[in-house]
Amino acid sequence: MSEVIVITSGKGGVGKTTSTANIGTGLAKLGKSVVMIDTDIGLRNLDVVMGLENRIVYNLVDVVEGNCRMKQALIKDKRYSNLCLLPSAQTRDKTAVNPEQMVKLIDELRPEFDYILLDCPAGIEQGFKNAIAAADRAIIVTTPEVSAIRDADRIIGLLEANEIHKIDLIVNRVRMDMVKRGDMMSIEDVIDILAIDLIGAVPDDEHIVIATNQGEPLAGDSSLAGTAYMNICKRILGEEVPLMNLEANNGFFAKIAKLFK
Amino acid sequence: MALMDFFRKKSSGDVAKDRLKLLLISDRANCSPEVMELIKNDIIKVISKYMEIDCDHLDIQITQTESDSSNGRVPALYANIPIKDLKHSTERR
Repeated sequence: MSEVIVITSGKGGVGKTTSTANIGTGLAKLGKSVVMIDTDIGLRNLDVVMGLENRIVYNLVDVVEGNCRMKQALIKDKRYSNLCLLPSAQTRDKTAVNPEQMVKLIDELRPEFDYILLDCPAGIEQGFKNAIAAADRAIIVTTPEVSAIRDADRIIGLLEANEIHKIDLIVNRVRMDMVKRGDMMSIEDVIDILAIDLIGAVPDDEHIVIATNQGEPLAGDSSLAGTAYMNICKRILGEEVPLMNLEANNGFFAKIAKLFK
Repeated sequence: MALMDFFRKKSSGDVAKDRLKLLLISDRANCSPEVMELIKNDIIKVISKYMEIDCDHLDIQITQTESDSSNGRVPALYANIPIKDLKHSTERR
């Protein structure tokens, strides 16, 4: 039985693609067979975050239009053989695919994979409608900012109107130092406002930038963000994992330890 | 600076939370014009029992207003209902 999860946010730049890459990698690390689909036609990025940009031959639109077989378009990850990427088309636009075609494409993938992750484009237009058409559940990514939370609320309404009722929340880019000062909404504040289940919180961690630079997702490594994403993956599998402490260890001993790294 | 912080009433995080809560109430209300239409029809029904009103120029919306009891702004249902004829109401009494 495969599960189709759409990763969405409404607002752009909150970390949908980074989250998709890390959840895909994390689930693959946990032994699941996973395919990630970049549904952002015209603005593809999941390939470059995964470090697979040089291997693209065919894309999502080619499969839909019948220019190639599904197998030809799927790119195997270089680290995990049970992880695949279906890249988006860069030179087309969102109208190249419709929701019915997406449902058909995903139905073709369902028997082959445990998890199908859909990286949704920003906005609520055609691209969003394509991405959610075949989803069984949704993960909403937001940051503790008014604009991102407002958009997330709108997305929750649209998902519910489209009969997607399992909706979980990732609060991304949390800065505990600012939360402590009272200058950033806390994770509890965000849950209180949006009133959906939290599946994980990810700290604002510079390791994410480094990982993206290198095209190597960090889920499962020892960094704070890497641990946070691994916890999210375990929760997707139904495991109960307590919320981690998101604070960077900047004490005296941690600084000494860093010197010897 | 720290002393200034001490006297400052609300942290910016709390301000953000309060603003969002109100914003989302009106966003959510605006999301479903159907519900607003239902409310409008019910209001017309009730008030029409007592007086003749101008249904075409009736305006209802959710806005914000200063609260008397709690501090800050709260959502409010605003209704502008032009009355055509009051006689109707006095006859009934």
